[in-house]
Amino acid sequence: MRLRKMLAGLAFGVSVLAANAAAAVEIEYWQYVFETRVKAMDQLIQKFQAANPGITIKHTTFPYAEYQTKVASAVTAGQGPDVVQLFYGWVDGFVAGKLIQPLPKDAFPHDKIEADFFPIVKAMQRGGEYYGLPTAVRSLALFYNKKIFEAAGLDPNKPPQTLEAFLAAAQKTVKRDSAGNIISEGFTLDMAGQDHQWWREVLIRQNGGVPYTDNDRKVAYDSDAGLKALTFYTDLQTKHKVGLTGFMDEGQAAFKGGLAAMTIDGTFRLGAFASIKSFEWGVTELPADAKGMRSNYASYFANAITSKVQGEKLEASKKFLAYISSPEAMELWLQVVGELPARRAAAMTEKNLTNPIYGPFLKGLEYAHTTMFVDEAAQRQTAIDMVNRVLLQNQDPKASLAEAAKAEQAIIDRATK
Amino acid sequence: MTPQITLSGARSSHTAFRPSRIVSWTLLFLGGLVMVTPILFMLSTSLKDASQVYDLKLIPASPSLDNYWTVLSDGRFLRWFLNSLVVAVAVTVSNVFFDSLVGYTLAKFRFRGRYVVFIAILSTLMIPTEMLVIPWYLMASTFGWIDSYWGIMFPGMMTAFGTFLMKQFFETVPDEFLEAARIDGLNEFTIWWRVAMPLVTPALSALAIFTFLGNWTAFFWPLIVTNSRELYTLPIGLSSFAVEQAIQWEMIMTGASLATIPTLLVFLLLQRYIVRGVMLAGLKG
Amino acid sequence: MIAARAKSTRLWDGLSLSHKRVLWAWTFLAIPILFYSVIRFWPTLQAIALSFTNWSLMRPASFVGLENYTRLVQDPLFWQVFRNTFLYLIIGTPISLLLSFAIAYYLDRVQFMHGLIRAIYFLPFLTTAAAMAWVWRWFYQPVPIGVINGFLTWVGLPQQPFLRSTVQALPAVLAPAVWAGLGFQIIIFIAGLRAIPTSYYEAARIDGVSEFTILRRITLPLLKPTIVFLVVFSSISFLRIFDQVYNINFNDPGGPLNTTKPLVMMIYQTAFKSFDMGYAAAQTVVLFAILLVVSLIQLRVLKDR
Repeated sequence: MRLRKMLAGLAFGVSVLAANAAAAVEIEYWQYVFETRVKAMDQLIQKFQAANPGITIKHTTFPYAEYQTKVASAVTAGQGPDVVQLFYGWVDGFVAGKLIQPLPKDAFPHDKIEADFFPIVKAMQRGGEYYGLPTAVRSLALFYNKKIFEAAGLDPNKPPQTLEAFLAAAQKTVKRDSAGNIISEGFTLDMAGQDHQWWREVLIRQNGGVPYTDNDRKVAYDSDAGLKALTFYTDLQTKHKVGLTGFMDEGQAAFKGGLAAMTIDGTFRLGAFASIKSFEWGVTELPADAKGMRSNYASYFANAITSKVQGEKLEASKKFLAYISSPEAMELWLQVVGELPARRAAAMTEKNLTNPIYGPFLKGLEYAHTTMFVDEAAQRQTAIDMVNRVLLQNQDPKASLAEAAKAEQAIIDRATK
Repeated sequence: MTPQITLSGARSSHTAFRPSRIVSWTLLFLGGLVMVTPILFMLSTSLKDASQVYDLKLIPASPSLDNYWTVLSDGRFLRWFLNSLVVAVAVTVSNVFFDSLVGYTLAKFRFRGRYVVFIAILSTLMIPTEMLVIPWYLMASTFGWIDSYWGIMFPGMMTAFGTFLMKQFFETVPDEFLEAARIDGLNEFTIWWRVAMPLVTPALSALAIFTFLGNWTAFFWPLIVTNSRELYTLPIGLSSFAVEQAIQWEMIMTGASLATIPTLLVFLLLQRYIVRGVMLAGLKG
Repeated sequence: MIAARAKSTRLWDGLSLSHKRVLWAWTFLAIPILFYSVIRFWPTLQAIALSFTNWSLMRPASFVGLENYTRLVQDPLFWQVFRNTFLYLIIGTPISLLLSFAIAYYLDRVQFMHGLIRAIYFLPFLTTAAAMAWVWRWFYQPVPIGVINGFLTWVGLPQQPFLRSTVQALPAVLAPAVWAGLGFQIIIFIAGLRAIPTSYYEAARIDGVSEFTILRRITLPLLKPTIVFLVVFSSISFLRIFDQVYNINFNDPGGPLNTTKPLVMMIYQTAFKSFDMGYAAAQTVVLFAILLVVSLIQLRVLKDR
């Protein structure tokens, strides 16, 4: 393709220019805009530059909505960053497109990575090479409204620990008007939020199944466990009527507005919920099944080195990447952003574990799973559609589940072809 | 003889009191209320703090201008505002000139290939911008236009929309006027600029308003072509309030309200030209 | 120098008046044609070429023939999206044109608070699509929040699901799109109405012709170029609808169950969410063909040549 040749030419031109640059090495770092993340990174860069006088870091940020498009089009044209932040679920595409390079083993020995980081970092491994390292990780937990709990006669300091207790609490806290319309939810149903992860990595496993096999390349939820998990979820609306998809538009809005007793959400929501003034809320681990088995979903943004980087810039990028995934950086990140450290030793401190907010999330990390998405948006969509078919079109859950499994398998097959 | 052109003020000269007028006025007014309600909600939300956003009351419990101070005290907002202004004005000027020139040519000249040129230009409306972004980006990066005003502006310097609009309006201009000017010995460029253009002021003003607005709210291309925050246009800057997983709606509404001010000013400034009818005098077979 | 000048002047003078005018026409068109060729036609040709490859932003391209097109024809989502796109066109265009013409026609004759009312109708067009979509989303909510459902239950009617229904969602998404575009069409209609020389009306009024006859015999025929413009341009806009649909349901864009997804959104998602550029290019070519055919038919039917 002519286009490709043009790109290659451009990339070459840019690298020649780069090689002729001044003695001080400047490398460019890209991440998306999120006020606290930008602030934390600015502080990290300042510290890094003070310790490494020969290196300057240019910090560039973009709005989240089109961040991925932006990175892909810039790197394709031979422009863009040296060190880039990416969602773990994008790594397949980035590796296939040769946008990022494997982390050099001299600076990032695999045994060290595997010993120090949480196991979910495995999701950055392709063909025996690691392609990036996270600073922070996220997991899910159950948020609950203490005011509503108290009003319903529940102990605001004893949130439900099992699915059974969870359902009972939801039934106690839901409020309906005389016509039967829900006016305050017991639990928010929002598949487009985090519920699809809850269903996929938690409920299916608690019902004795697995969502995928073969390194997440084969869909395995079209099973008895998958069906039980799906009906448990849809029953919340159709049978128990403790929540309504689309109520207050989003689950988090309903909770924030004080019109939902419980919601499942991630660490990234802590900032938004911190502005709640009208009630107190608490966090607890995702409910366990009858046998006490728990599961969770963890995810992260990782930092990677783009494929065009070499020579001096590569050395500088290695140093920078090592610094932003050091325990010191993680400590600062936790303080400024409120995201959990990706290294086990930095995360599992006594102080963090007893923190009423971080504690439940950290405990979740220990038994969390990470779905290896090939196309995160499309795969989430299949789960949203599966639930919608049951709730809006009264399709039989079994049929809907089979349809979803088929559609998702097609997406995976196409991407890994 | 050059025809005389007079511009009339208010339209109908007969303002006699009629019940049907009252009925149509009332209906128009009620329709206007429906039109404006969503905008009132936008303004009301911009006066709320984060904890009240979801109470959805039209009158905020404790209205405050804090969001406005937050947005305005961020120095970058003014910079983005300025960027949008520069881009929108420059592109508008270019469009008013070129689109009307092309529209005039297609409407008032008879030559082989005219319809083909018209359809070819019109066909550019039919490719979604999303598919053009990658070629444009490569073009911009080849010529070093990335991260510059020109890079943001170049794809929109002429549009099929404006050309089509102006062509349609030039078609309403009677040929006799142009012929009269030709007999007076004016060259074609002067005829277009001096005689034809004043006759389509309403359409020109409409074109200016729409082009300004379109560029003022443009999001996708400016985002792709700019790297530094100093060059963001307003919509991109505002989208930083829509961060991952959480959108600060009260801030979006504040930004959106502020962003409406210049477009409203442009509209108020230009609308009188749209409204001012063109009365053609001296038009007798 | 002077001789050359004189020669060229003689050449120019030697041309007939109509030849001169043709030269003028191409002179006026020269820069624009160059511009459109480089900025629009060339990328379009590239997109057409891409539609025969499997290029993804992340992977080099190779020629695959008509594979993208056969895949498209077999994709049930494509037919769903095709249907949605035409629904936007057939519902949206006539409704918005009739409404805007009626409003423009009466607004043109109203004098009391004329400027204010006109500005109010135009105001929605000035707003940001993302912000307004959010407001509309809340209007459609169930009780206790939704304004419309609040009204329905107040008059004793059952709640409607609106955006959460596979049947009602499309009209519910279309309403804000019509709302936002109405001001634009009204202004164009008013500009068109005002471009009609008043002398025509005065002559008719002196002859004592009824208002309806004036509308039918004078206003509508003289407004034809404006009507042609609005029919063609609104049709293109509705066939290319994206922003309003994307924003009103941004957690499940085009949902529920793809019942509101238009073709441009499918293109956008294929290109920039799945990075499947070749397939997206094939969809673009199909959209291009649809738009071209629809516009040509409209121009032919309205005889604008």
